[in-house]
Amino acid sequence: MSVIVTAILALLGLAAVFGALLGFASIRFKVEGNPIVDEIDSLLPQTQCGQCGHPGCRPYAESIADGGDINKCPPGGEATIQALAELLDVEATPLDSEHGEEIPKQVAIIREDECIGCTKCIQACPIDAILGSAKHMHTVIASECTGCDLCVEPCPVDCIDMIPVDQGLGAWHWQSPKDQKIIATDKMNLVTEGANLS
Amino acid sequence: MSTSVNATLSSKIISTRTIYDFHGGIHPEEMKTLSNQTPIVQPPIPPQLVLSLQQHIGKPSQLIVELGQRVLKGQKLADADGMISVALHAPTSGIIDRIVDHPIAHPSGESGECIILIPDGKDEWCELEPCEHYEHLSVSKIQAKVREAGVAGMGGAGFPTEVKLHPPHHDKVATLILNAAECEPYITADDRLMRERAEEVVQGMEIMAYALQPGECIIGIEDNKPEAIAALREAAKETLIEVCVIPTKYPSGGEKQIIKILTDKEVPNGQIPADIGVMCQNVGTAAAIYRAVRFGEPLISRVTTLTGEGIQQPGNVEALIGTPIDWLLSQYGFQAKKTERLIMGGPMMGFTLKHIETPIVKTTNCILAPTHKDLPPPPPAQACIRCGLCADVCPAVLLPQQLYWFSRAQEYDKAEHHNLFDCIECGACSYVCPSSIPLVQYYRHAKGEIKQQKQDQLKSDQARERFEARQFRLEREQAEKDARRKARADVAAKAQASKKAAEAEKSVDTGTEIQTDAAPEDAADTKKAAIQAALERSKEKNQAKNTSEPEELIDLEALKTAWDKTQAKLDKMHDALDDAKANNPEQVEKLTRAVEKNQMRVNQAKKAWEKASTNLKVETETKTEQDSEAEKIDIEALATALVKAQSKLDKMQDALDNAQPEQVEKLTRAVEKNKTRVNQAKQAWEEASASQTAKIEKSTEIAADTMAQPDIKALESAIEKAQSKLGKMQDALENAQPEQVEKLTKAVEKNKVRVQTAENALKAANSISATNQNGEQ
Repeated sequence: MSVIVTAILALLGLAAVFGALLGFASIRFKVEGNPIVDEIDSLLPQTQCGQCGHPGCRPYAESIADGGDINKCPPGGEATIQALAELLDVEATPLDSEHGEEIPKQVAIIREDECIGCTKCIQACPIDAILGSAKHMHTVIASECTGCDLCVEPCPVDCIDMIPVDQGLGAWHWQSPKDQKIIATDKMNLVTEGANLS
Repeated sequence: MSTSVNATLSSKIISTRTIYDFHGGIHPEEMKTLSNQTPIVQPPIPPQLVLSLQQHIGKPSQLIVELGQRVLKGQKLADADGMISVALHAPTSGIIDRIVDHPIAHPSGESGECIILIPDGKDEWCELEPCEHYEHLSVSKIQAKVREAGVAGMGGAGFPTEVKLHPPHHDKVATLILNAAECEPYITADDRLMRERAEEVVQGMEIMAYALQPGECIIGIEDNKPEAIAALREAAKETLIEVCVIPTKYPSGGEKQIIKILTDKEVPNGQIPADIGVMCQNVGTAAAIYRAVRFGEPLISRVTTLTGEGIQQPGNVEALIGTPIDWLLSQYGFQAKKTERLIMGGPMMGFTLKHIETPIVKTTNCILAPTHKDLPPPPPAQACIRCGLCADVCPAVLLPQQLYWFSRAQEYDKAEHHNLFDCIECGACSYVCPSSIPLVQYYRHAKGEIKQQKQDQLKSDQARERFEARQFRLEREQAEKDARRKARADVAAKAQASKKAAEAEKSVDTGTEIQTDAAPEDAADTKKAAIQAALERSKEKNQAKNTSEPEELIDLEALKTAWDKTQAKLDKMHDALDDAKANNPEQVEKLTRAVEKNQMRVNQAKKAWEKASTNLKVETETKTEQDSEAEKIDIEALATALVKAQSKLDKMQDALDNAQPEQVEKLTRAVEKNKTRVNQAKQAWEEASASQTAKIEKSTEIAADTMAQPDIKALESAIEKAQSKLGKMQDALENAQPEQVEKLTKAVEKNKVRVQTAENALKAANSISATNQNGEQ
């Protein structure tokens, strides 16, 4: 009998000690905020465009952390969906076309001689990438522009254009080799890259 | 200087250098004899030259000539833009025809900004600055000369040579290596250059040694170039430069590989040879440095191998930079029909040209025009059979198979983890692959993707930072706005509170205990105060329920004071009556009535007190009588306050009259203040008396005119006083100093307004009393 009591007491004692330890640890080493949100946020393209239906990238990250869909970010496109799927260990779903199509990177350009200096676009820009003041011409700081096109709609004179970014040779890189056909008759159709020499 | 450097090396030249080996490597068919049998030829000047502003690694050069300008051979066309950039010079004399986008020597086949120079055929040199003895120049002068000459690494990468003539900051250069391996098949440009201009190469190396002061100077050359070795040995006989023959193996000409072969040192991951005390230069670069320093000639031409079965007269040409390749090839029997593609560079590391009109650039060492038989297009890739041959031949000791899987599956972080960026893209793995997998292309693609992702990440981090900064700013602005709003509200509330406090103070001064029952007819403020008073009373009542004894005492005391006050007022009224009897006969009647009423009130108060003292409980429950008592007290107290204020005002006015001119202003202000107080007191009193009147009318039908009349009287006297004051002020104004006239005038005007208001008030009071009297009748 005393053996059982001893065992129970010992187990209770251990439980109390470890419970106290765990309780202490949970307070002492408490993690502020949700770290997964930060990780998701760092994968998002930070255009702050709101195409996902959330007011910015972080709110979208929070909704994903709460179990929301990962396919609502057109600027990030398939690459972002892949990265999110890998991070969260969920299946990568194709981009939800309801939120927009994946388009090449864009940058806003203000047709400066048409600008009336209303500052509406400056207020709309989520990352302060438009420079100017009231009744003075505005211009887009192209290197900072994320191409979210939030400035286009508020412009009363429609002087903002979204143009594809010319990334130049610096951004060029080799394409992935295409999977070639190994059937002999398909080889006939092989198109060799290169200059037309004749 | 160089002799002293060479003296320190004298012992080493005798000893035979140990040659090390690097991992892997392949032995492709060399195909060098195709082009190395004939001497370097000088092609004619082409009809037009296309000079790309981006011929090197780094920033594009900056244009410094204008359209239509005639330039001389060797004249600078574009300046170096920053540290990692080189200048560009006119290869011959001619006219700058246009500046256009033209296909440039890049694997993408894309266009870049190019200067189109139309040669005038005179080939007229600009003024050059030759130098017989480089030893007489300072190191920085040599560096400047090389920079001005626009020399970029001619081995393939095109790194600005001047940068590599600066010894590393922390360390001296232990070994200077001249890379003469030329390991790629087909290419013989360096071979021919060394055979024919060994002197230039060796002297170029001596200049580099002079600038860098290395511990040793080695020329590393593959053993498949015996004539070049002999020529170099001959040229280097008098110097301490060691010509080191290394076995032929591809890619021994790779920078990291030749360093490993000659010094057994390995360049660590992510570092450059300078970090381990080694500097590596190309043979062609050495010759260019020599020409730049000795003759002041900028880099305007280079030796290029034109080879392949598609060219009838293969060989090496000293082509002007900017010569269009199609034109150049046409000079040497190019057979377009026989060739499928043109390759710039060698078969292993070169790239297929997408545009045949691409110009020769500073890094073009070879144009390869292979026939289908020479270099058949790669057969279709098949599945990897995991043979491991690629790992065997990799000179960077990587795992090409793993890199292939990761690159293909787009698992770039894993590929990076497997040191993808140590890959030198030599193509050895693709060469040995039995499944013909284009491995290098996978690696290049993966590298590009990773770089792109890193760039995007950087940009998105920047965007996030900016977004968060903006959010923070907006929040701060909102907070500031709220704070301002709150501050304004606080100030308003304080003003309100102080106003209330002043009123409360006033009622305390007059000893008022405003009753709830009297409130409905009162102004809002009085109501509030009354409610508060009622609350206090109810509190007191509650307290009384608990402790009845002190409450009784208080009540009694209050009643007693009320009685006393009423009595005092009655006495005053008697005095007034006496006064009136003497001075103002028509008021006597009224006053008498008032006195009578007061007498009645005193009696009531007395009765109440007696009643209270006899039956406290009943008294506390039936408040009505007390209310009336209190009201009376209230009115009387108010009246007293009014009288007091009036007397004070009078005194002040007297003081004002007697005052010195400089004190007039102050006193005037004080008088005004007092007047407002008097007015306020009057108002309070009027209100109180009005409510009292109404109440009395309702309950006891006692005539209210008694209340109204003293009021009217008081008002009348106030008006009189005000008028007299006004008169006095006007007198003062007449007698005043000119500078005070304005102020006084204002004061007079104010007083006039006040007189007006007082008169209005009197009229109103008269009408009230009239109605009261009607009610009485």
